[in-house]
Amino acid sequence: MPGSTAAIEQVFREEYGRLIASLVRRFGDIDIAEDAAGEALVVALEKWPESGVPPNPGGWLTTTAANRAIDKLRREKLRDDKHRQAVDMYDDTPHESLGIFEQDEDDRLRLMFTCCHPALAPEARIALTLRLLGGLTVEEIAQAFLVPETTMGQRITRAKKKIAAARIPYKIPDASDLPERVSTVLTVLFLVFNEGYLSTGDGSPIRAELTAEAIRLARILRSLMPEEPEVTGLLALLLLTEARREARVRGGELVRLDDQDRGGWDRELIAEGHALVRECLALDRPGRYQVLAAINAVHTDAPTAEATDWAQVAALYDQLLRIDPSPIVALNRAVAIAELDGPEVALAQVDRLGQDSPVLASYHAFHATRADLLRRLGRSSEAREAYDAALAVCDNTAERAYLSRRRGELV
Amino acid sequence: MTHYLMSVHGPAEREEYGNYGSKEAMEQAFADTGAFNERIKAEGYWVFGGGLLDASTATVVDGQGETPVMTDGPYLETKELIGGFWVIDAPDLDVALRLAAEASKACRGKVEVRPFEGLA
Repeated sequence: MPGSTAAIEQVFREEYGRLIASLVRRFGDIDIAEDAAGEALVVALEKWPESGVPPNPGGWLTTTAANRAIDKLRREKLRDDKHRQAVDMYDDTPHESLGIFEQDEDDRLRLMFTCCHPALAPEARIALTLRLLGGLTVEEIAQAFLVPETTMGQRITRAKKKIAAARIPYKIPDASDLPERVSTVLTVLFLVFNEGYLSTGDGSPIRAELTAEAIRLARILRSLMPEEPEVTGLLALLLLTEARREARVRGGELVRLDDQDRGGWDRELIAEGHALVRECLALDRPGRYQVLAAINAVHTDAPTAEATDWAQVAALYDQLLRIDPSPIVALNRAVAIAELDGPEVALAQVDRLGQDSPVLASYHAFHATRADLLRRLGRSSEAREAYDAALAVCDNTAERAYLSRRRGELV
Repeated sequence: MTHYLMSVHGPAEREEYGNYGSKEAMEQAFADTGAFNERIKAEGYWVFGGGLLDASTATVVDGQGETPVMTDGPYLETKELIGGFWVIDAPDLDVALRLAAEASKACRGKVEVRPFEGLA
């Protein structure tokens, strides 16, 4: 039903990031933008069921919201300094060098950099991005991150207050800051995706609304910065991971990559992801997300687990280690080594990593990897201890189910 | 434009050469900070700034009662105290943060950036 409340709310959410971005530019204030957007929704819910959804709903909502905001600001102008400033700042002239469409895109990019500003706390960056660009409600974001709605509301309010008071700018960062700032935005999108893909807490092991939102925002970012290979790399990585989502959990239990039904993978997403990997690697400016995407491309290229080109995977992890020499990357590399050189060689590497990086002790994948290698070597009692250690620090329900079953199967 | 306080946080207990390690290192830090100050004056960001003497020279005054109460020493017993500060006038937080990064490098300390309510 195109004119139903649910359909209108869907359109509103699709258009929300664009709407807020444009209103923030015009009025210079996030609260005014949000209030005006909310009023525009009320008007849409009144009018659209009869008139139908207009051909350009985004433009309709922006015009309606801006008019409402101006009316309100004029009424309040004499009372309130902030509102007087907003009226004075009000700018409805398109940017000189940009057409309407580019202006629109430009606004959303600015808003993304504001929401992901390094002066904001990391959890606030995530919340603000989902609220202002994703159009999720505070309640939805609170549910996704398993915190009380009031806590999430306060987190968002506090961040918005800091943006206004400390003057976090609404602009594309200077060229000298840009690589660092793009990377901050990518981190936020990756964290949103991961929270959806490997959810913590007792709820559903996968929250598809978060993975979908991260992909939608990554697509927008790529359309805004097509020349940034890491942006393309992140989108490719998310698509190639999302493609395996359905096959990854069966009966509430995690299914490991080599046990997954490859017929259940989404071939369309894989084809798109592969094309993006080729595209960004051709630019020859490798980065973390591009290499992670390339590793996922190797996996999704193999018709069976046995056909995986493990030498290629290990070589890519070597490259990743040069970019990001973290123990977690080294641990993942060891998994590839187990396939190339056998579990004994890999176990020696994993144990050495554990000694060099005590922080791995609190990371469930470290124990789960050890447990699996010990199991394959027939060292059952040590494997059992390692499964216990993994279970003690794992907080995803599907992974816990998998680890418990494996532990129970040891002889 | 917004006024920002850039405060330098350092150890409450100062060693000889003010925790710079050596006389040369201390003099180099002073020279770098001086050069930074001259630059932000020339660029128009400077409002005010200076280094503070040791926290042992501080006195806390509580004038809320009938007669003011004086207490020797800083307000909080803490391992880190403000050793010096700038007040700068900058168009937005990105500019303030960039100046703070340069200030931190020059003075060899962490710098907190905090906006004033209205103009200082």
